[in-house]
Amino acid sequence: MARKIVTEAQQSFSFTRRSFVLGAAQFGVGGLLAARMAWLSIAQNEKYSLLAESNRINLTLMPPRRGWIVDRVGKPLALNRTAFRVDIIPDRLTDKDRTLGELQGLLAIGPDEMERIRADLATAAGFQPVQVAENLDWERFAAVTIRASELPGVAPAQSYARYYPEGAGVGHLLGYVGSASAKEYEKYKDPLLITPGFKVGKAGIEAELEPLLRGQPGARRTEVTARGKLVRELETRTDVPGRTVKLTIDAGLQAYAARRLGRESGSVVVIDTLTGGILTLASMPSFDPNAFSDGISKSEWTMLREDDHIPMLNKTLQGLYPPGSTAKPAAALALLRHGVDPEETVSCGGGYRLGNRVFKCLGRHGPMNMPHALMKSCNTYFYAMGRRIGYDKIAEAARELGLGQEFDLPFQSQRYGTVPDSAWKMRKLGKPWAESDTLNATIGQGFVQVSPFQLAVMAARIASGRHLDPHIFPRNDGPAPPLSFPEEHLAIVREGMNLVVNGAGTAVRSRLPLEGIMMAGKTGTAQVRKIEGAQRGQSGAWKFRDHGLFICFAPVEQPRYAAAVVIEHGLGGARAAAPVAKDFLTYLYDPEKAMAALLALEAEWGGDINARMATERAQWKATHALADSPSPRPAVETASNAQAAANEAASNAASTNTTAAEPSKAEGED
Amino acid sequence: MSQPSFLPEPLASLPWRVMGLVSAIGGFGLIVLYSAAGGSLKPWAASQGYKFIIFFAMALALSRVKERRWKDIAFPGYAVILALLLFVELLGAVSGGSQRWLDLGFIRLQPSELMKLFIVLALARFFDMLPAGEIRRWNAIWLPGVLIGLPGALVMLQPDLGTALMIVAGGVTVMFLAGLPLRLFVAAGAAIAAIAPLAYFFLLRDYQRKRVLIFLDPESDPLGAGYHITQSKIAIGSGGVFGKGFLNGTQSHLDYLPEGHTDFVFATMSEEWGLMGGIFIIGAFLMLFRWGMSVAAKAPTRFGRLAAAGLTSTIFYYFTINLMMVMGMAPVVGIPLPLVSFGGTAMLTVMICIGMLMSIERSSQPRTSFS
Repeated sequence: MARKIVTEAQQSFSFTRRSFVLGAAQFGVGGLLAARMAWLSIAQNEKYSLLAESNRINLTLMPPRRGWIVDRVGKPLALNRTAFRVDIIPDRLTDKDRTLGELQGLLAIGPDEMERIRADLATAAGFQPVQVAENLDWERFAAVTIRASELPGVAPAQSYARYYPEGAGVGHLLGYVGSASAKEYEKYKDPLLITPGFKVGKAGIEAELEPLLRGQPGARRTEVTARGKLVRELETRTDVPGRTVKLTIDAGLQAYAARRLGRESGSVVVIDTLTGGILTLASMPSFDPNAFSDGISKSEWTMLREDDHIPMLNKTLQGLYPPGSTAKPAAALALLRHGVDPEETVSCGGGYRLGNRVFKCLGRHGPMNMPHALMKSCNTYFYAMGRRIGYDKIAEAARELGLGQEFDLPFQSQRYGTVPDSAWKMRKLGKPWAESDTLNATIGQGFVQVSPFQLAVMAARIASGRHLDPHIFPRNDGPAPPLSFPEEHLAIVREGMNLVVNGAGTAVRSRLPLEGIMMAGKTGTAQVRKIEGAQRGQSGAWKFRDHGLFICFAPVEQPRYAAAVVIEHGLGGARAAAPVAKDFLTYLYDPEKAMAALLALEAEWGGDINARMATERAQWKATHALADSPSPRPAVETASNAQAAANEAASNAASTNTTAAEPSKAEGED
Repeated sequence: MSQPSFLPEPLASLPWRVMGLVSAIGGFGLIVLYSAAGGSLKPWAASQGYKFIIFFAMALALSRVKERRWKDIAFPGYAVILALLLFVELLGAVSGGSQRWLDLGFIRLQPSELMKLFIVLALARFFDMLPAGEIRRWNAIWLPGVLIGLPGALVMLQPDLGTALMIVAGGVTVMFLAGLPLRLFVAAGAAIAAIAPLAYFFLLRDYQRKRVLIFLDPESDPLGAGYHITQSKIAIGSGGVFGKGFLNGTQSHLDYLPEGHTDFVFATMSEEWGLMGGIFIIGAFLMLFRWGMSVAAKAPTRFGRLAAAGLTSTIFYYFTINLMMVMGMAPVVGIPLPLVSFGGTAMLTVMICIGMLMSIERSSQPRTSFS
């Protein structure tokens, strides 16, 4: 009994003690909670205030207007057109399937596109618009606008679309724009890149000058709820358009040259011989950058890829060809520098014997001095003289004139070719230079590979006598330094080139149809492969035919323009290339006369570039109807692969042309 | 109560201090709910206000019940509620989902909620009956263990981790106060620390496990389940010392803060009233706890002491778990802030707690011993 009373007292004491501990613990925890709250609201107040603001405020970017690209006199080559687009704001969408069904009907969206929209919507977050269609015509846009109130979440909007007035004619010059790829977004993390309607330069000048052309986006700050519902507009900042970029290009000439190339696979480069500014850089066939900027379909892409004229290759800078006889003016300058008397004659009996091999000439020209050898493009003369001084010295002159030279131009994947010499051959092939190599290289065959652009630079340097530095952005840095060749040597070569067109030379049929203005030139015919037997590359399959080349400048007395024309597999320079040069040089002095000539030709060819491209597309679709199955791959991605494909095309082109390792035989002449 | 009585006896005998505290907390809660609805009485503030008045009246009525009555219904009430818990569990099993409540037409009764009270009453009753000499015997351990374990397991099966924890915590608190050897609690604590990893892998459901993980690293899933904690901390942190002002909270009004009127109502309050509002609520609750513990200290009977301290602890666990959750110190378990969060169930439980505490206080006043 006594024990129990004591225990109860103990128990009571224990309760008092323990309840005090419990009460103290409650106060302790309460204090801890207050301290935690003070930590959040005082020490971390700044951090959380910022986070609350970034929750509350939604920044909607408005793509900046892209800077224009204009030609030498300010005529636009690339500009922005008002375009109509339709987006979906995912969070405002009430009945997704019905809305998409309605839009599909109103806008005639294809199954590929519908799949893309559904995929985008599945991954889209809240307020970020998803593109349904862009570059709509007014009728379709209006059809959606009228129904917009019944279609919650559908946002018709006006925006800007890139427009290239010359279409395919400037495809390789300017490149094209397209939506940023996932890879680009990963790299830069700029939210502008995934803003619908925003385009970045994907190739050519559009890509190279992206930082200048882009501009600063505008922004609309709005207060939004967690579900993306707009509460109120806070403020709007207008965009800062990208800068206008001026090129040395002559828009009219560029367009004319592109059209004049017609159905051929070829390129035209025109350079201003006073400044070195590039007036034209045309490579055909090409792609229409307008179509590319919208994202092209897989079938169109396949069509471009499968075309043996390689539309994705900028042949002016990426195509390499043996220069053939267009290399002879460079050889002539080297001969003069190394003591060959221009009046010394070589008698042409139709070929040149080296050991037990005969290197053929196209004709039996009889006695030839230097100007006449240029005029008639006599191989025998150049075989004999080239062998006398050796090719290493000719290579030196060719390099000074621009062949094999690397130019700092805003174009990706340029190719610079080869001007060989004995050291090069030893390094590359481990073999000593042979006399036969000299004979081949002197007439622009064998190991020699150059781009049309380099040929044009050579023509411009011969015409001006100056070491012109070709450029595409206008600059004002005075006349270029003179070449190391004395003026009298240059005069002899120019006279030879004058005779080619205006004497009794190879291009007499391409005299300019103008009063008092003459052009000088040099034809070239380059073999594509080693020809067996008598076929000589003048017939047979297109891709084995000889290339036609032509370099020229005009006017003869006071050169102003220099140019190079290369027509792939055009059989001969006089036949395929020189008439093109005649017409576009005529255009510079008498546009009406040149246009008349062009329109007559286009009537034969089946219309202008756009009309022909449309026909080709229709034909291609008709023949590939079965193979053209819908693809889930977005068109944008396809377009972003274009550059890679162009590079691939370039290497394919190189292998179908000539490879340095297996030189073509020296029999081409003109 | 020795205050000078200028009021009529029935009024003067009312526990004005605690009524003032409860009204202050509840009234401030209504202001917060008014703002959470975007400055509107509907849908929360008005309905909550009616409930508050009804339950408050009920608490006052309960305060008139003699302490003895609570003692009498402790075991039968416990048994009934345990049966209801089992019934709800079976109902859930039959209907193929998890169910926590019984629809009685006028109210959805959550037996687990009432169990928070009756586990305290039943254990207080048990230790009241237990002779003092038995307290260090095996019986003093295993029987309470069963009393706690059965409802705890049933609620865990529902599954409702938060409520199960509260039932266990309430029970263990009474055991602690009853004077069980301290080393038992130390050992149990050590055992839990050892078992916790096992429980994590074998007892918790996937979504519960995810909650624990996200509690440990809320930024790992800022848009998913970690969203609650992240947004709640943003609301509290951005409120600063004085808050953004009444009706000016952006986190709650623009719906970034989920459950801003129920479990995360403290965050809604903090955003607009800042640290000051928080200290007001924390301070008011601490005073409520102090009152509860003083009721326990003054109670003459062992049952009254244990029940009062246990009931006070029950309110304390609501408060602590909820606040730790909204401040990112505990995983998200669905425990509301009593008297402030919108919803009748928790308010009902807490009001009954307060009614019982007032009843125990009243029963222990000398006046009753005179009559």
